[in-house]
Amino acid sequence: MAFLNQWAYIGGSIILILIGLFGVLTRKNLIKIVVSIGIMDTGVNLLLVSLGYINNGIAPILTEANASNSLNFVDPLPQALVLTAIVIGVAVLALALSIVIKIYENQNTLKIDEIRGLKL
Amino acid sequence: MVLILGFILFQAFAGGSENTLSIPQFGEANLENRVSEHYINKSVNSETESITFNQTLNPESGSANYVTSIIANYRALDTLGEVTVLFIAAAGLAFVLGGNQKNYAFAEDASFIVRTGVKILFPLMFLLGIYIIVHGHLTPGGGFQGGAVIATAILLKFLAYKDYKLNHTGLSLLESFAGISFLIIGLIGLLTNGSFLTNFLGNGTLGTLFSAGIIPIIYILIGIKVGAELSGIISNLINA
Repeated sequence: MAFLNQWAYIGGSIILILIGLFGVLTRKNLIKIVVSIGIMDTGVNLLLVSLGYINNGIAPILTEANASNSLNFVDPLPQALVLTAIVIGVAVLALALSIVIKIYENQNTLKIDEIRGLKL
Repeated sequence: MVLILGFILFQAFAGGSENTLSIPQFGEANLENRVSEHYINKSVNSETESITFNQTLNPESGSANYVTSIIANYRALDTLGEVTVLFIAAAGLAFVLGGNQKNYAFAEDASFIVRTGVKILFPLMFLLGIYIIVHGHLTPGGGFQGGAVIATAILLKFLAYKDYKLNHTGLSLLESFAGISFLIIGLIGLLTNGSFLTNFLGNGTLGTLFSAGIIPIIYILIGIKVGAELSGIISNLINA
C-alpha cells in the first residue's frame, strides 16, 4: 500500500496511457482511434507535470504576494515541456482528423474493417 | 536483458532521497538535484542571488513567470523547433484538405441569439487573447495560450455565419512575418552577443510590463504565429 501511496501518480498516468493504447488497438472507428491517441497524450502530460510537484508548492510565478525566489515553487521545467507537448498534441490531432476526413470522402465509411484496400 | 531492466527499475524506485537518479515520490521532488533550481534562482550562468519582485534590476532572465523564462529565453531554440512542428502540421493539413470539393460549412446562419452573442463576445475574446500574449512574462499564459484564445474567437465567427471566410494569403503573410522575425531576433543575438537567441536588450526591473528584454517580443511573435496557424487549421477544416 505504501508503494501505491507514494507512486500513485505514475500508476494513474500509466493506466491512462494504457487505456489510450487499448482504444487504438481495439476500436474499429477512426474517430475513436483519434480520441484514444488524445487520451494517451493526456497520460504522458499528467506523468510529466506531476514529476515536478512539491507538497504545498506554489505556481512558479513571481508576484506581489510571492515576491522572492526563496519560496517553495514547484518545478517550472516540466510545465514548460508539457506546454510544448499540448500544442504539438493539438497540431497532430488536427492533422489526423484531416486524414480521417479524406478517408471518409474516398470510402464513405469510418470503420477500418470496411475500408477497401487496407485488408489483406 | 532482464538484469539490465531490473537494474533500471531498481535505480528508478529505490534509494529514496539520497538517490539522485530515482523517480521522486509524489510531492517529494527535490529541486536541488535539478537544473530547475538554477532557473528559479536565475543563476544558470551567474551566482545565486536573492530575487525580489518589482525591485531586482537586470536579473539574468527578466521574466517574472519562470515557465516563460524557460520557454522564451533559456530554451528558446526548442521553442523555435516547436513552432516549426506546428507550422509543418498546419501545412500538412492544408495540403491534405487543399483540393477538396466538398464544403462542411453550415447550410444557414446560426440563430439571432448566437449571432448577437458572437457579436458581443468576439472583440472581448480577441482582446483577452492579446492581453494574455502581451502579459506572458508576468502572469500565467503567453503566446501559445493567447494564440489559442484568438483562434477560438475566430471559431465562434465560423459557428455564427455560414459565409464567414478568412483571408488565407493574409494569414500566411502574418505567419511568415512572425516566423522570420523570430529567426532575425535570434540572428541579432548571434551577431551582437555571440550565441543564437541571446537576450541583447536590457532586462529592466523584474515584474514591470516593459522588462525582460526579448522575451515579450518573442512571445508576441509566437502569439501571432500560433493564432494565425490555429485559425488557418479551423478554416481549413470547416471550408475544406
